[in-house]
Amino acid sequence: MNTQSALSQETQWMIAVRDNRDKAAFGALFDHYAARLKGFVMRSGVSSGQAEEIVQDVMLTVWRKADQFDPNRAQVSAWVYQVTRNRMIDMIRKERRPIPEELTQEPDPEPDASQSLALEQEATKLREAIQRLKPDQREIIERVYLGELTHQEISNQTGLPLGTIKSRVRLGLERLRHELKGMRS
Amino acid sequence: MTAITHHLPDHLLASYAAGTLPQPFALVVASHVSLCDDCRASLEAHNAAGGVVLETTLEERLSKDLKASILAQLDDDFVREPVYEREGALPGPVMEALEGQPPKWKSLGLGVKQCIISAGENGSVRLLHIPPGQAMPDHSHGGLELTLVLQGSFSDEGGRFGVGDVEVANEDVEHTPIADAGDPCICLAATDAPLKFNSLMPRLLQPIFKI
Repeated sequence: MNTQSALSQETQWMIAVRDNRDKAAFGALFDHYAARLKGFVMRSGVSSGQAEEIVQDVMLTVWRKADQFDPNRAQVSAWVYQVTRNRMIDMIRKERRPIPEELTQEPDPEPDASQSLALEQEATKLREAIQRLKPDQREIIERVYLGELTHQEISNQTGLPLGTIKSRVRLGLERLRHELKGMRS
Repeated sequence: MTAITHHLPDHLLASYAAGTLPQPFALVVASHVSLCDDCRASLEAHNAAGGVVLETTLEERLSKDLKASILAQLDDDFVREPVYEREGALPGPVMEALEGQPPKWKSLGLGVKQCIISAGENGSVRLLHIPPGQAMPDHSHGGLELTLVLQGSFSDEGGRFGVGDVEVANEDVEHTPIADAGDPCICLAATDAPLKFNSLMPRLLQPIFKI
Protein backbone atom coordinates (compact mmCIF):
# COMPACT_ATOMS: atom_id res chain seq x y z
CA MET A 1 0.00 0.00 0.00
CA ASN A 2 1.36 3.39 -0.79
CA THR A 3 1.96 5.55 2.25
CA GLN A 4 0.30 8.63 0.75
CA SER A 5 -3.07 6.88 0.67
CA ALA A 6 -2.61 5.81 4.31
CA LEU A 7 -2.67 9.45 5.39
CA SER A 8 -5.87 10.81 6.88
CA GLN A 9 -8.48 12.23 4.54
CA GLU A 10 -7.93 15.74 5.90
CA THR A 11 -4.22 15.56 5.09
CA GLN A 12 -4.91 14.28 1.60
CA TRP A 13 -7.44 17.08 1.01
CA MET A 14 -4.99 19.67 2.28
CA ILE A 15 -2.20 18.35 0.02
CA ALA A 16 -4.62 18.46 -2.94
CA VAL A 17 -5.44 22.07 -2.10
CA ARG A 18 -1.77 22.96 -1.73
CA ASP A 19 -0.43 21.17 -4.80
CA ASN A 20 -3.38 21.20 -7.21
CA ARG A 21 -5.54 24.11 -5.97
CA ASP A 22 -8.29 21.51 -5.78
CA LYS A 23 -11.58 23.26 -4.98
CA ALA A 24 -13.47 20.05 -4.34
CA ALA A 25 -10.88 19.09 -1.72
CA PHE A 26 -11.22 22.57 -0.23
CA GLY A 27 -14.99 22.04 -0.08
CA ALA A 28 -14.38 18.79 1.80
CA LEU A 29 -12.12 20.61 4.27
CA PHE A 30 -14.83 23.21 4.74
CA ASP A 31 -17.39 20.49 5.46
CA HIS A 32 -15.05 18.91 7.99
CA TYR A 33 -13.89 22.03 9.81
CA ALA A 34 -16.25 24.98 9.39
CA ALA A 35 -18.98 24.01 11.87
CA ARG A 36 -16.39 22.93 14.45
CA LEU A 37 -14.50 26.16 13.90
CA LYS A 38 -17.64 28.16 14.47
CA GLY A 39 -18.28 26.29 17.73
CA PHE A 40 -14.66 26.81 18.76
CA VAL A 41 -14.70 30.54 18.00
CA MET A 42 -18.04 31.05 19.75
CA ARG A 43 -16.58 29.60 22.96
CA SER A 44 -14.65 32.86 23.22
CA GLY A 45 -17.93 34.73 23.56
CA VAL A 46 -18.32 36.31 20.12
CA SER A 47 -21.67 36.44 18.32
CA SER A 48 -22.72 33.92 15.73
CA GLY A 49 -22.29 36.55 13.02
CA GLN A 50 -18.77 37.51 14.01
CA ALA A 51 -17.86 33.84 14.44
CA GLU A 52 -18.86 33.21 10.82
CA GLU A 53 -16.76 36.16 9.67
CA ILE A 54 -13.80 34.57 11.44
CA VAL A 55 -14.58 31.13 10.00
CA GLN A 56 -14.67 32.69 6.54
CA ASP A 57 -11.35 34.42 7.16
CA VAL A 58 -9.73 31.24 8.50
CA MET A 59 -10.94 29.13 5.59
CA LEU A 60 -9.75 31.70 3.04
CA THR A 61 -6.38 31.80 4.84
CA VAL A 62 -6.21 28.00 4.62
CA TRP A 63 -6.72 28.32 0.86
CA ARG A 64 -4.34 31.23 0.34
CA LYS A 65 -1.53 30.08 2.62
CA ALA A 66 -1.80 26.40 1.75
CA ASP A 67 1.81 26.49 0.53
CA GLN A 68 2.87 26.88 4.17
CA PHE A 69 1.25 23.58 5.12
CA ASP A 70 3.83 20.86 5.69
CA PRO A 71 2.39 17.50 6.73
CA ASN A 72 5.82 16.45 7.99
CA ARG A 73 5.65 19.13 10.68
CA ALA A 74 1.99 19.56 11.55
CA GLN A 75 -1.30 17.76 11.15
CA VAL A 76 -4.07 19.69 9.43
CA SER A 77 -5.94 20.23 12.71
CA ALA A 78 -2.82 21.66 14.42
CA TRP A 79 -2.19 23.95 11.46
CA VAL A 80 -5.82 25.10 11.30
CA TYR A 81 -5.73 25.68 15.06
CA GLN A 82 -2.72 27.95 14.66
CA VAL A 83 -4.27 29.85 11.74
CA THR A 84 -7.48 30.28 13.74
CA ARG A 85 -5.61 31.71 16.73
CA ASN A 86 -3.79 34.18 14.50
CA ARG A 87 -7.00 35.35 12.86
CA MET A 88 -8.91 35.57 16.16
CA ILE A 89 -6.21 37.76 17.71
CA ASP A 90 -6.16 39.99 14.63
CA MET A 91 -9.94 40.26 14.33
CA ILE A 92 -11.16 40.22 17.96
CA ARG A 93 -8.27 41.81 19.81
CA LYS A 94 -7.29 44.01 16.85
CA GLU A 95 -3.65 43.19 17.46
CA ARG A 96 -1.04 41.65 15.22
CA ARG A 97 0.07 38.41 16.76
CA PRO A 98 3.86 38.10 16.69
CA ILE A 99 4.65 35.01 14.59
CA PRO A 100 7.94 33.06 14.61
CA GLU A 101 10.07 33.15 11.47
CA GLU A 102 9.16 30.45 9.00
CA LEU A 103 11.70 27.71 8.61
CA THR A 104 13.35 28.05 5.26
CA GLN A 105 13.14 24.79 3.45
CA GLU A 106 13.41 23.57 -0.07
CA PRO A 107 10.37 21.74 -1.40
CA ASP A 108 11.13 18.05 -1.20
CA PRO A 109 11.52 16.75 -4.77
CA GLU A 110 10.51 13.25 -3.69
CA PRO A 111 8.00 13.70 -0.91
CA ASP A 112 8.08 10.86 1.54
CA ALA A 113 4.83 10.35 3.37
CA SER A 114 6.33 8.18 6.09
CA GLN A 115 7.25 11.17 8.29
CA SER A 116 3.74 12.61 7.83
CA LEU A 117 2.29 9.25 8.70
CA ALA A 118 4.42 8.95 11.83
CA LEU A 119 3.29 12.43 12.90
CA GLU A 120 -0.35 11.46 12.35
CA GLN A 121 0.13 8.38 14.47
CA GLU A 122 1.53 10.52 17.28
CA ALA A 123 -1.46 12.84 16.94
CA THR A 124 -3.81 9.88 17.23
CA LYS A 125 -2.02 8.74 20.37
CA LEU A 126 -2.20 12.28 21.72
CA ARG A 127 -5.95 12.37 21.11
CA GLU A 128 -6.36 9.02 22.86
CA ALA A 129 -4.22 10.20 25.76
CA ILE A 130 -6.42 13.29 26.16
CA GLN A 131 -9.56 11.18 25.96
CA ARG A 132 -8.24 8.86 28.66
CA LEU A 133 -7.71 11.71 31.14
CA LYS A 134 -10.03 12.00 34.09
CA PRO A 135 -12.93 14.35 33.28
CA ASP A 136 -11.63 17.21 35.45
CA GLN A 137 -8.16 17.01 33.91
CA ARG A 138 -9.56 16.79 30.44
CA GLU A 139 -11.61 19.87 31.11
CA ILE A 140 -8.47 21.75 32.14
CA ILE A 141 -6.75 20.76 28.90
CA GLU A 142 -9.77 21.93 26.92
CA ARG A 143 -9.84 25.21 28.78
CA VAL A 144 -6.10 25.76 28.17
CA TYR A 145 -6.39 25.32 24.40
CA LEU A 146 -9.76 27.03 24.08
CA GLY A 147 -7.91 30.05 25.46
CA GLU A 148 -9.87 30.29 28.70
CA LEU A 149 -6.87 30.32 31.05
CA THR A 150 -4.16 32.95 31.43
CA HIS A 151 -0.50 31.94 31.44
CA GLN A 152 -0.54 32.38 35.21
CA GLU A 153 -3.55 30.09 35.57
CA ILE A 154 -1.90 27.50 33.32
CA SER A 155 1.22 27.73 35.43
CA ASN A 156 -0.84 27.18 38.59
CA GLN A 157 -2.27 23.91 37.24
CA THR A 158 0.52 21.96 38.83
CA GLY A 159 1.55 19.96 35.86
CA LEU A 160 -0.32 16.76 35.50
CA PRO A 161 -2.42 17.14 32.37
CA LEU A 162 0.11 19.39 30.66
CA GLY A 163 2.82 16.95 31.67
CA THR A 164 0.87 14.11 30.07
CA ILE A 165 0.55 16.01 26.84
CA LYS A 166 4.13 17.00 26.82
CA SER A 167 5.50 13.52 27.43
CA ARG A 168 3.13 12.08 24.85
CA VAL A 169 4.08 14.58 22.23
CA ARG A 170 7.75 14.56 23.18
CA LEU A 171 8.07 11.16 21.55
CA GLY A 172 7.00 12.61 18.25
CA LEU A 173 9.11 15.66 18.84
CA GLU A 174 12.36 13.76 19.00
CA ARG A 175 11.79 12.86 15.39
CA LEU A 176 10.58 16.32 14.53
CA ARG A 177 13.59 17.95 16.12
CA HIS A 178 15.88 15.66 14.19
CA GLU A 179 14.22 16.81 11.01
CA LEU A 180 14.36 20.47 11.97
CA LYS A 181 18.09 20.14 12.50
CA GLY A 182 18.38 18.72 8.99
CA MET A 183 16.58 21.76 7.57
CA ARG A 184 18.90 24.19 9.24
CA SER A 185 22.15 22.57 8.21
CA MET B 1 27.49 30.76 18.88
CA THR B 2 26.89 28.51 21.83
CA ALA B 3 23.90 26.28 22.27
CA ILE B 4 20.76 27.69 23.83
CA THR B 5 20.53 26.48 27.42
CA HIS B 6 17.78 28.67 28.89
CA HIS B 7 14.44 27.85 27.29
CA LEU B 8 10.84 28.97 27.62
CA PRO B 9 8.78 27.22 30.29
CA ASP B 10 5.95 25.11 28.99
CA HIS B 11 3.09 27.16 30.39
CA LEU B 12 4.24 30.19 28.37
CA LEU B 13 4.42 28.13 25.16
CA ALA B 14 0.96 26.69 25.87
CA SER B 15 -0.41 30.16 26.56
CA TYR B 16 1.17 31.51 23.36
CA ALA B 17 -0.32 28.62 21.35
CA ALA B 18 -3.72 29.26 22.92
CA GLY B 19 -3.52 32.98 22.15
CA THR B 20 -3.82 34.11 25.77
CA LEU B 21 -0.32 35.47 26.22
CA PRO B 22 -0.19 39.29 26.33
CA GLN B 23 1.44 40.74 23.24
CA PRO B 24 4.73 41.89 24.84
CA PHE B 25 5.44 38.33 26.02
CA ALA B 26 4.15 36.87 22.76
CA LEU B 27 6.83 38.88 20.93
CA VAL B 28 9.54 37.33 23.14
CA VAL B 29 8.09 33.84 22.58
CA ALA B 30 7.91 34.29 18.79
CA SER B 31 11.47 35.65 18.78
CA HIS B 32 12.86 32.84 20.94
CA VAL B 33 11.10 30.20 18.82
CA SER B 34 12.66 31.79 15.74
CA LEU B 35 16.07 31.03 17.28
CA CYS B 36 15.36 27.77 19.11
CA ASP B 37 14.36 24.55 17.33
CA ASP B 38 13.72 22.84 20.63
CA CYS B 39 11.02 25.32 21.66
CA ARG B 40 9.70 25.37 18.07
CA ALA B 41 9.10 21.65 18.37
CA SER B 42 7.40 22.14 21.75
CA LEU B 43 5.19 24.85 20.28
CA GLU B 44 4.20 22.51 17.44
CA ALA B 45 3.27 19.99 20.16
CA HIS B 46 0.99 22.52 21.84
CA ASN B 47 -0.59 23.32 18.47
CA ALA B 48 -1.18 19.59 18.03
CA ALA B 49 -2.98 19.51 21.39
CA GLY B 50 -4.95 22.59 20.33
CA GLY B 51 -5.85 20.74 17.13
CA VAL B 52 -7.21 17.84 19.18
CA VAL B 53 -9.38 20.23 21.19
CA LEU B 54 -10.55 21.91 17.96
CA GLU B 55 -11.49 18.53 16.45
CA THR B 56 -13.58 17.64 19.49
CA THR B 57 -15.38 21.00 19.84
CA LEU B 58 -19.14 20.86 19.48
CA GLU B 59 -20.29 22.05 16.07
CA GLU B 60 -22.42 25.14 15.56
CA ARG B 61 -24.90 25.33 12.72
CA LEU B 62 -23.63 27.42 9.81
CA SER B 63 -25.60 29.89 7.71
CA LYS B 64 -26.79 28.22 4.52
CA ASP B 65 -24.90 30.49 2.16
CA LEU B 66 -21.55 30.57 4.01
CA LYS B 67 -19.90 27.81 2.00
CA ALA B 68 -21.01 29.19 -1.37
CA SER B 69 -19.89 32.65 -0.36
CA ILE B 70 -16.40 31.40 0.58
CA LEU B 71 -16.06 29.22 -2.53
CA ALA B 72 -16.96 32.23 -4.65
CA GLN B 73 -14.00 34.15 -3.19
CA LEU B 74 -11.30 31.57 -3.90
CA ASP B 75 -10.22 33.19 -7.15
CA ASP B 76 -10.24 36.74 -5.77
CA ASP B 77 -6.98 38.64 -5.73
CA PHE B 78 -5.46 39.15 -2.34
CA VAL B 79 -2.47 40.95 -0.96
CA ARG B 80 0.13 38.85 0.81
CA GLU B 81 1.26 40.29 4.10
CA PRO B 82 4.89 41.36 4.04
CA VAL B 83 7.36 38.90 5.55
CA TYR B 84 10.01 40.52 7.70
CA GLU B 85 13.41 38.85 7.56
CA ARG B 86 15.95 38.72 10.32
CA GLU B 87 18.27 41.77 10.25
CA GLY B 88 21.56 41.16 11.99
CA ALA B 89 20.78 40.32 15.60
CA LEU B 90 17.09 41.15 15.30
CA PRO B 91 14.79 38.21 14.50
CA GLY B 92 11.87 38.50 12.08
CA PRO B 93 9.15 39.08 14.71
CA VAL B 94 11.14 42.02 16.15
CA MET B 95 11.65 43.44 12.66
CA GLU B 96 7.91 43.12 12.07
CA ALA B 97 7.16 44.93 15.34
CA LEU B 98 9.56 47.68 14.19
CA GLU B 99 7.79 47.69 10.79
CA GLY B 100 11.08 46.91 9.08
CA GLN B 101 12.83 50.04 10.38
CA PRO B 102 16.06 49.98 12.38
CA PRO B 103 15.50 50.55 16.12
CA LYS B 104 15.35 54.16 17.27
CA TRP B 105 17.66 54.01 20.27
CA LYS B 106 17.28 56.45 23.15
CA SER B 107 20.23 56.88 25.43
CA LEU B 108 19.76 56.16 29.11
CA GLY B 109 23.32 57.26 29.91
CA LEU B 110 26.59 55.38 30.36
CA GLY B 111 26.25 53.77 26.95
CA VAL B 112 22.99 52.05 27.86
CA LYS B 113 20.29 52.52 25.23
CA GLN B 114 16.74 51.39 24.85
CA CYS B 115 14.12 51.30 22.15
CA ILE B 116 10.56 50.87 23.43
CA ILE B 117 8.66 48.68 20.99
CA SER B 118 5.34 48.87 22.74
CA ALA B 119 4.06 49.96 26.12
CA GLY B 120 0.47 49.78 27.24
CA GLU B 121 -1.87 48.21 29.71
CA ASN B 122 -0.79 44.72 28.56
CA GLY B 123 2.75 45.49 29.67
CA SER B 124 5.70 46.62 27.65
CA VAL B 125 8.48 45.29 25.51
CA ARG B 126 11.69 46.99 24.53
CA LEU B 127 15.14 46.44 23.13
CA LEU B 128 18.05 47.13 25.43
CA HIS B 129 21.63 47.78 24.36
CA ILE B 130 24.11 47.33 27.20
CA PRO B 131 27.87 47.89 26.87
CA PRO B 132 30.15 45.22 28.34
CA GLY B 133 30.39 45.46 32.13
CA GLN B 134 27.29 47.59 32.51
CA ALA B 135 24.26 46.56 34.50
CA MET B 136 20.92 46.16 32.83
CA PRO B 137 18.43 48.86 33.79
CA ASP B 138 16.22 47.62 36.59
CA HIS B 139 13.21 46.40 34.71
CA SER B 140 10.80 46.77 37.61
CA HIS B 141 9.96 44.12 40.14
CA GLY B 142 6.28 43.56 40.00
CA GLY B 143 5.20 40.70 37.82
CA LEU B 144 6.68 38.57 35.09
CA GLU B 145 9.79 39.60 33.15
CA LEU B 146 11.16 37.82 30.11
CA THR B 147 14.59 38.79 28.80
CA LEU B 148 15.83 37.26 25.55
CA VAL B 149 19.45 37.77 24.51
CA LEU B 150 19.87 38.70 20.83
CA GLN B 151 23.56 39.64 20.83
CA GLY B 152 26.43 39.27 23.30
CA SER B 153 25.61 37.84 26.71
CA PHE B 154 24.88 38.76 30.30
CA SER B 155 25.34 37.04 33.62
CA ASP B 156 23.50 37.26 36.89
CA GLU B 157 22.51 35.10 39.85
CA GLY B 158 20.61 32.85 37.40
CA GLY B 159 23.71 32.02 35.36
CA ARG B 160 25.11 33.11 32.01
CA PHE B 161 22.70 33.99 29.21
CA GLY B 162 23.96 33.95 25.63
CA VAL B 163 22.29 34.50 22.25
CA GLY B 164 18.89 32.83 22.17
CA ASP B 165 18.72 32.27 25.92
CA VAL B 166 15.71 33.63 27.73
CA GLU B 167 15.62 34.53 31.42
CA VAL B 168 12.27 34.22 33.15
CA ALA B 169 11.99 36.25 36.33
CA ASN B 170 9.22 37.32 38.63
CA GLU B 171 8.97 39.46 41.71
CA ASP B 172 10.41 36.66 43.84
CA VAL B 173 13.69 36.80 41.98
CA GLU B 174 16.22 39.47 42.84
CA HIS B 175 18.70 39.64 40.03
CA THR B 176 21.26 42.07 38.67
CA PRO B 177 22.14 41.22 35.09
CA ILE B 178 25.52 42.53 33.93
CA ALA B 179 26.61 42.48 30.29
CA ASP B 180 29.64 40.24 29.77
CA ALA B 181 32.85 41.25 28.02
CA GLY B 182 32.76 41.18 24.23
CA ASP B 183 30.04 42.57 21.99
CA PRO B 184 27.50 44.92 23.54
CA CYS B 185 24.58 42.90 24.84
CA ILE B 186 21.30 43.42 22.99
CA CYS B 187 18.21 42.03 24.70
CA LEU B 188 14.50 41.95 24.09
CA ALA B 189 12.86 42.52 27.46
CA ALA B 190 9.15 42.26 28.24
CA THR B 191 7.34 42.90 31.48
CA ASP B 192 3.72 43.12 32.57
CA ALA B 193 4.52 45.75 35.18
CA PRO B 194 4.38 49.40 34.14
CA LEU B 195 7.71 50.84 33.05
CA LYS B 196 9.27 52.83 35.84
CA PHE B 197 11.60 55.30 34.27
CA ASN B 198 12.68 56.81 37.58
CA SER B 199 14.00 53.57 38.88
CA LEU B 200 16.43 53.34 35.98
CA MET B 201 18.59 56.15 37.18
CA PRO B 202 19.85 55.00 40.59
CA ARG B 203 21.10 51.75 39.14
CA LEU B 204 22.74 53.56 36.25
CA LEU B 205 24.45 55.97 38.59
CA GLN B 206 26.14 53.03 40.22
CA PRO B 207 27.79 51.31 37.30
CA ILE B 208 29.50 48.13 38.21
CA PHE B 209 32.81 47.76 36.46
CA LYS B 210 33.29 44.07 36.28
CA ILE B 211 34.80 43.20 32.93
